[in-house]
Amino acid sequence: MSHRILILAEHSQNQLSVGTAKCVACAAGIPDAEINVAVCAADASAVAAQAASLKGVSKVLTIEHPAHAHALGALIAPQIAALAGAYTHVLGPSSTFGKDVMPRIAALLGTSQISDIMAVESATRFRRPIYAGNALLTVEVTAGTKVVGTVRTASYQPAPGGGNAAVEKVVSNVELPTHTRFVSVSAAKSDRPDLQTAAKVVSGGRALGSAEGFKILYQLADKIGAAVGASRAAVDAGYAPNELQVGQTGKIIAPELYMAIGISGAIQHLTGIKDARTIVAINKDSEAPIFEVADIGLVGDLFQVVPEIEKLLAG
Amino acid sequence: MQRILVGIKRVVDYNVRIRVKPDGTGVITDGVKMSVNPFDEIALEEALRIKERGGAEEVVVATVGPADCQQQLRTCLAMGADRALHVQTDARIEPLAAARVMLKLVEREQPFLVLMGKQAIDNDNGQTGQMLAALWNRPQATFASKLQIDGQKAQVTREVDAGLETIEIDLPAVVTVDLRLNEPRYVKLPDIMKAKKKPLETLELAALGVEAHEQLQPVRFEPPAQRQKGIKVKDAAELVAALKQKGLL
Ligand SMILES: Cc1cc2nc3c(=O)[nH]c(=O)nc-3n(C[C@H](O)[C@H](O)[C@H](O)COP(=O)(O)OP(=O)(O)OC[C@H]3O[C@@H](n4cnc5c(N)ncnc54)[C@H](O)[C@@H]3O)c2cc1C
Repeated sequence: MSHRILILAEHSQNQLSVGTAKCVACAAGIPDAEINVAVCAADASAVAAQAASLKGVSKVLTIEHPAHAHALGALIAPQIAALAGAYTHVLGPSSTFGKDVMPRIAALLGTSQISDIMAVESATRFRRPIYAGNALLTVEVTAGTKVVGTVRTASYQPAPGGGNAAVEKVVSNVELPTHTRFVSVSAAKSDRPDLQTAAKVVSGGRALGSAEGFKILYQLADKIGAAVGASRAAVDAGYAPNELQVGQTGKIIAPELYMAIGISGAIQHLTGIKDARTIVAINKDSEAPIFEVADIGLVGDLFQVVPEIEKLLAG
Repeated sequence: MQRILVGIKRVVDYNVRIRVKPDGTGVITDGVKMSVNPFDEIALEEALRIKERGGAEEVVVATVGPADCQQQLRTCLAMGADRALHVQTDARIEPLAAARVMLKLVEREQPFLVLMGKQAIDNDNGQTGQMLAALWNRPQATFASKLQIDGQKAQVTREVDAGLETIEIDLPAVVTVDLRLNEPRYVKLPDIMKAKKKPLETLELAALGVEAHEQLQPVRFEPPAQRQKGIKVKDAAELVAALKQKGLL
């Protein structure tokens, strides 16, 4: 039996997210998959072209409406639910975008959702982390039920380019609610690599002591071309903005190198870095739990060690 | 009556080290400390603050689950909730079923606002609030770190991947809360005594006309792969050398 998979595209400023390409990679693991991507936007042309170039995608559907200038779950969900009838699976990334809208789609379809798919075992069997990644659960979807899921993007490499799918405009007669309105978004502009996709991440905790203290991490990050991350304690204390938080309630990342500096290694933090290739820990407490997961550990005072590292790299 | 409904869940306490049963049928919960899901405590705290500012007259907490859940409902009453509703069942409840239960309670209680945690720290599903909003055909504001109510509308600041997003929603609506919305109060002993006298109503799942209706069957639980034990270096120079050797610097 062939499977028809609809992926909800995530995008901003005319750029398709890497997370969407990772959803395509996840979907490609479902046997006999025919993969379509749906783009909701005010003007979908640029994003649709990017989606059409992903290998494995056979068709891109665009749903254009001025109200889709900002991604609002309450407006997107009924559009996607209306398309879903023809599909066996509906997937989206487990970014804050996907986490917001996908359950709303699932409920409109009367189906349960599988959150954070990390492995596909069959068209109806999926593995996902629970308890902040301290256990893995394999679930089987009841036969005949539509599968709605979010894809744990840290578990997948993005689907490559080189595809050439058809782009088709969907004429939607779904009435969009007016009860939810976009007001503003404040996002710090930064020339640094994006935390979610960076190959290297330098991350700081409560030990940095202040926003001022965090500057030594930014300097180190700039020197090695890394993104900056933070623990919840550092964000709560106002040393770093919320979008830098790594962990169960922040970003789940999979860099080549993760440097945890003045971070104790609480389970909720470790959830976010389980897939990091090499973890470095710098902490003055040799008993800190971060050392249990670190590939390279250094017991020492970060205010001494970090400037030393920088100096060594300069020389 | 201006009412806020708060959905809560009984979960394994966030400090407990989770272990998978050797036979792979679940995680060990026997003799383990159970608590109110931390995100739900924040939801309740927000409801109490709205009431204390005069923005609501009554705060009702609700949960669906086995008899033991009443302990957590009592904790919520001790925190300051006025009443509790316990929808009793021993069946496994998926988020969609929980949302259907919440919808029944919404129809009964007619709240102007439903507050819930953005996710429960046991199954990490993060679905129930959005599902309720969908079934109720009302707005949702997820991952809230700030909530301002202004008559028939609310402005909600949301923690999103890009930073902070603000949306405006018409009430009634569902708001799911993130960690930085507030810091929940501690429960004092006299409050625990007082909470024993507050109303806690038990309803049967079947009497609400909701079926547990499982769509996702757990097949196997397993522990995650362990990382290999790493090395210790003694100073910055050794660290830089080790990273260079791995080709990371
Ligand atoms: C529901 C829930 C969700 C959560 N989600 C997240 C999440 O997504 N992400 C997250 O990070 N946390 C999360 N947490 C919080 C988590 O439990 C920890 O409280 C938090 O990660 C601690 O941050 P920290 O390591 O920076 O601070 P601490 O635990 O205080 O650790 C600071 C560390 O710095 C070291 N140190 C101090 N001074 C120095 C120095 N001069 N040089 C070197 N080392 C030094 C100390 O030895 C210590 O190990 C969550 C908690 C809950 C309950």
